[in-house]
Amino acid sequence: MQKQPKSTQWSLYQKEIANDNYFYGRSCIRQNFFPASEKTFLKILREELGKTVLEDPNHTTCTGIGYHSDVVPFDTTQTVVARQFSLMTAMGLKNMALSCITSFGLYTEILDTWHHFPEQLAKIRELLYKATKREFELPENIAHASDVIYKFRNEIAQKAKYKLVNKETGEPLRVVEHIGCHYSKMFPQSGVGGAEFPQVLSGMVEAFGGEIVDYPERRHCCGFGFRNYLVQANRAYSISNTKKKFESMEPFKPDFIITNCPGCPMFLDRWQYAIAEMEGKTYDAQGKGIPVLTYEELAGMVLGYNPWDLGMQMHQIGVESLLDKIGVAYNPEDKYKDIHGNQLPVPECPASLRGKILDTKHK
Amino acid sequence: MVDYCAELEKDIRFQEGLKSCLNCGVCCAICPAAEFYNYDPRSIVTLVQQRNNEVIEQLLKSNTIWYCGQCMSCKTRCPRGNTAGMIIQALRTLSQQLGFFTESEKGRQQYALKKVVGENILNTGYCLCPTMVAPELHVEQGPMWEWVIANIDAVYERMGANYRKPGAGVLRKISDDALQELAQIFEVTGGKEFYKTIEDFSEKKAAEMNLDTTNGPMNDYLVHVYTTNSGTHSGNE
Ligand code: SF4
Ligand code: SF4
Repeated sequence: MQKQPKSTQWSLYQKEIANDNYFYGRSCIRQNFFPASEKTFLKILREELGKTVLEDPNHTTCTGIGYHSDVVPFDTTQTVVARQFSLMTAMGLKNMALSCITSFGLYTEILDTWHHFPEQLAKIRELLYKATKREFELPENIAHASDVIYKFRNEIAQKAKYKLVNKETGEPLRVVEHIGCHYSKMFPQSGVGGAEFPQVLSGMVEAFGGEIVDYPERRHCCGFGFRNYLVQANRAYSISNTKKKFESMEPFKPDFIITNCPGCPMFLDRWQYAIAEMEGKTYDAQGKGIPVLTYEELAGMVLGYNPWDLGMQMHQIGVESLLDKIGVAYNPEDKYKDIHGNQLPVPECPASLRGKILDTKHK
Repeated sequence: MVDYCAELEKDIRFQEGLKSCLNCGVCCAICPAAEFYNYDPRSIVTLVQQRNNEVIEQLLKSNTIWYCGQCMSCKTRCPRGNTAGMIIQALRTLSQQLGFFTESEKGRQQYALKKVVGENILNTGYCLCPTMVAPELHVEQGPMWEWVIANIDAVYERMGANYRKPGAGVLRKISDDALQELAQIFEVTGGKEFYKTIEDFSEKKAAEMNLDTTNGPMNDYLVHVYTTNSGTHSGNE
């Protein structure tokens, strides 16, 4: 077999991503920690790209966190997911766009299981009907919401107000990506570019003018590890694995980190803060921490949306260093205002010396 | 003695996860649990492959099966198509069904996971809610998160959420009808029974350990399993 040059290996894995008419599945974690990212995704799809994206308020958790914490049995999870399919079917839709990577991985796994074990699909149909009198059709297309932004990256780039370029030097920003494990590690063919060279985020970054920088632990888990974060006694696993990633990316001096999973950006953000507090260590030259963005924030930022509408005040590592590098216009005074423009109390500064310059409180 | 191998074989994830291991160790190189715990996915696969009932019983009672972080990185890398993470899921399910999980420190944590994530799913329709991430139990969330929780309604409103209100949108209140359907699904699929199994075995263990499970949501046993770390898990002790 002829060896493919690394940069084109991803082209072996091309997945089909639906063009329009999506059923949107929300994510428990993203709603909690990056609520404005979901709002931004819908705004970009509907207002910038003119797509139809519908949601059903009766959509619930897929139970994914409970499933991977081993308290929810597989049959239960499959039936809950079948119920989401039934909500989609009732709306006459066939394409799913899922906000969560855990859900995306689970849906993909469940469809694969039903494909290999048709008797299991029959059993789940029966269980769902028994529990809810609902029936469902299988989706024709399952995309993660980052796939959808990837698909329309060039359209977004055309409308963009900003490029991922350092306004002082004119050089492309150096970006490291972290792909959620369940995006394509279980089923490489379900992700753009497969498991080893996923293209979903690097394609966006390049379309928006930035440069993707490789680093050795690029494919290492962010350190969530379900029970390994959820149970306090286990959190050393989580912070240690995340630290391993920071140490690996530090020499490459990234301007920011981009992620597609709802949980990873939270861990990459919070554990940087915790390490700064515990050890006085930060992984950037200025001691401010490396900003961590969701793909919705990235797309919204290049489109010129107000960073505080994008929810970037919900990061512990301030994003101002990045906004300033690009020259994004923002009003520091508005960071901690409510929807009516009233000033809210301002978060405390982190206690440590290093923490003080994490931009928590804008001065 | 229960035929544990036969029980495991009934689990689709076990069937999918166990092909045959050539002991190459590739899975161990990417495994985040192997990085910091006295654990490696290769041993899991080679141990269950022996199909030795006594060995499996030991595993079911051990800390070992609770270290895996379910990232499924092992699936990508294994040249033989094994997935230690899926074998682990089958082992953990069986360990809980038989009550063996209460024999290990890490296994006992299932009580906290059931109480917190498990019950929240049925009570709210979400795996987690902002108020579950209490700042005093999550110092790593930092002052920004304290600010979110202290100004919760105003912050989520600013984010465009529909926090705890009826209708569509971010963090909306899930309707009673939808919660009822969720509860019915748990009922007919064995989810509720599984919760009860975890609870019953945990209460038995708590009694043995002289820890109370009745003094509130943060009861003595829950706090114990949620916070105890004997510091004996890395293999470097
Ligand atoms: S799923 Fe578990 S065993 Fe597999 S790589 Fe991840 S932590 Fe290791
Ligand atoms: S990668 Fe696969 S074959 Fe190699 S040791 Fe791990 S389970 Fe065995």
